[in-house]
Amino acid sequence: MDRVLQSKINRRLTKDSAMKWLFAAVVAAVLGITFFLFYGIGADGVGRLNLSFFTNFGSRFPEKAGIKAALVGTLALMAVVIPVSMFLGLCSAIYLEEYAKKNKWTAFIEMNISNLAGVPSVVFGLLGLTVFVRALSLGNSILAAGLTMSLLILPIIIVASQEALRSVPDTLREASYGMGATKWQTIIHVILPSATGSILTGSILSFSRAIGETAPLIVLGIPVIVQFLPTGPLSTFTALPMQIYDWAKRPQPEFADAASAGIIALMVLLITMNGFAIYFRNRSEKKLKN
Amino acid sequence: MTSIKPTEKLRTRDVIAAAKKNEKFGKIIPHLLLAVTSVTVLATFGIIYTLLKETFIFFQEVKVTDFIFGTEWAPFSNADQAFGVLPLITGTLKIAGVALLIGVPFGLACAIFLSEYASPKLKKFIKPIIELLAGIPTIVYGFFALTVVTPWLQSFIPQLKLFNALSAGIVVGIMILPMIISLSEDALSAVPASFREGSYALGSTRFETAIKVVVPAAISGIAASIILAASRAVGETMIVSLAAGSTPVLNMDFTGSIQTMTSYIVQVATGDAGYGTTIYYSIYAVGFMLFLFTFLMNRAALYIKTKFREEY
Repeated sequence: MDRVLQSKINRRLTKDSAMKWLFAAVVAAVLGITFFLFYGIGADGVGRLNLSFFTNFGSRFPEKAGIKAALVGTLALMAVVIPVSMFLGLCSAIYLEEYAKKNKWTAFIEMNISNLAGVPSVVFGLLGLTVFVRALSLGNSILAAGLTMSLLILPIIIVASQEALRSVPDTLREASYGMGATKWQTIIHVILPSATGSILTGSILSFSRAIGETAPLIVLGIPVIVQFLPTGPLSTFTALPMQIYDWAKRPQPEFADAASAGIIALMVLLITMNGFAIYFRNRSEKKLKN
Repeated sequence: MTSIKPTEKLRTRDVIAAAKKNEKFGKIIPHLLLAVTSVTVLATFGIIYTLLKETFIFFQEVKVTDFIFGTEWAPFSNADQAFGVLPLITGTLKIAGVALLIGVPFGLACAIFLSEYASPKLKKFIKPIIELLAGIPTIVYGFFALTVVTPWLQSFIPQLKLFNALSAGIVVGIMILPMIISLSEDALSAVPASFREGSYALGSTRFETAIKVVVPAAISGIAASIILAASRAVGETMIVSLAAGSTPVLNMDFTGSIQTMTSYIVQVATGDAGYGTTIYYSIYAVGFMLFLFTFLMNRAALYIKTKFREEY
């Protein structure tokens, strides 16, 4: 009897430790894939990274092609996306967290936001094409693309900012009211400053999403080979992911190397931004602990 | 906004006047903020309105039944143009199917490991890497599929074409991994420790506790994460545009070129179909279909998460 029991227990223990190692192996595989992904792309592109890659415009000749217009275009796009999406996102978050009453209208707005977050980016492109490019006749300009991208990341910014505002302890609000401050003064001088860190973290992550998005730009009809720098918000432009997409589609292997190099530039930009996001997150975590 | 400088000599009258002004200002604020917040509602209605309007024009030229039940998608053919959406849906389902086949087992295994096995220190090492995976733009994944995964798969599946559903589906599966991992892990971690302790007290091993106690208790959150990931896979555009080709076919072949709803929209947008042609309106009809698919899946995920939530 004891022997039967013992062997059953042993079998279960063996299964337990086998599964533990299986799970660990899957995690290791996922980490391995991540590494492989970066290495596979990085190794091909590094050779193409030199100064002229950053100072040349796009070209039919792969060895001459550079990302000057794309990089400046991406930064110009962000110059529209950041203020527009931050303004819309912060105002919405403040309204929903600090002012909105719990009624049907508020529930409806919240439902809209969660629906909007699940809409595929290519559909946002169709919205932008109809509304901004055609109806408002902004053409395939920085402004049209910037407004489309702002709407795309708006739900992420709102939700992140709402969470940030919610994490501000009520004692701060009460202390401010106790000093005779109005609600708006409390929001501007007390709540927003203490939520800044986490709001920045969420916003920066959503900006990096906007930088990497390609599908809406394609639908908006953003051109690829642009031989000039944008001159204003209504100027046409190209962006880094568009440039990468164009190179990746071409059959010549030299263009694939250019695409790899473009991806390295894009990833360096994104990882730098993520670094800032993590820095702000850690700082705000420390602040809340004290 | 009126404020009184601390250096000024305070007179009651001024203080009251300032307070009254502030009160007036404070009453306008919520209305202004509500107006800005309405942009999100406008955006949703804008999407539905534009899609519906252009789709309506499309359906004046193509019969609704031909679109929904048609088995041939040949918009660029001069001789017999056909707008049957089933091949595009088939392509989309192939991608989503392969993606889930990769994403679900790998994602759940990672989530269970992180929530049930990993030490806090190990977790702190693994999580940022998975977040990094979540931050990679899909264009990069697409390039990875085309230049790394496809050649690698071709080394043991010789009949695999350069553009194929398998490679794109696998990479979409990798793309949805972080989503499944983080949402499922949240659901698993939310299961109270007392459940696990009770199970251990009955003599269960860690694996038995994880599979028979913790996972069932978190099943609504896990199911929601899988549906959300499926919806992401359906809406994924760049990976399929780069790696899966643009051949709308209605078959069960995973080694050849296909076309999804999303990659059709991209194909038309990069081509030179003029404004006002049937092809132009067709991208809205396809876009509307795509919107419906993802909308219903997202609603279903939310419904499952709230309706079947275990109350601890």
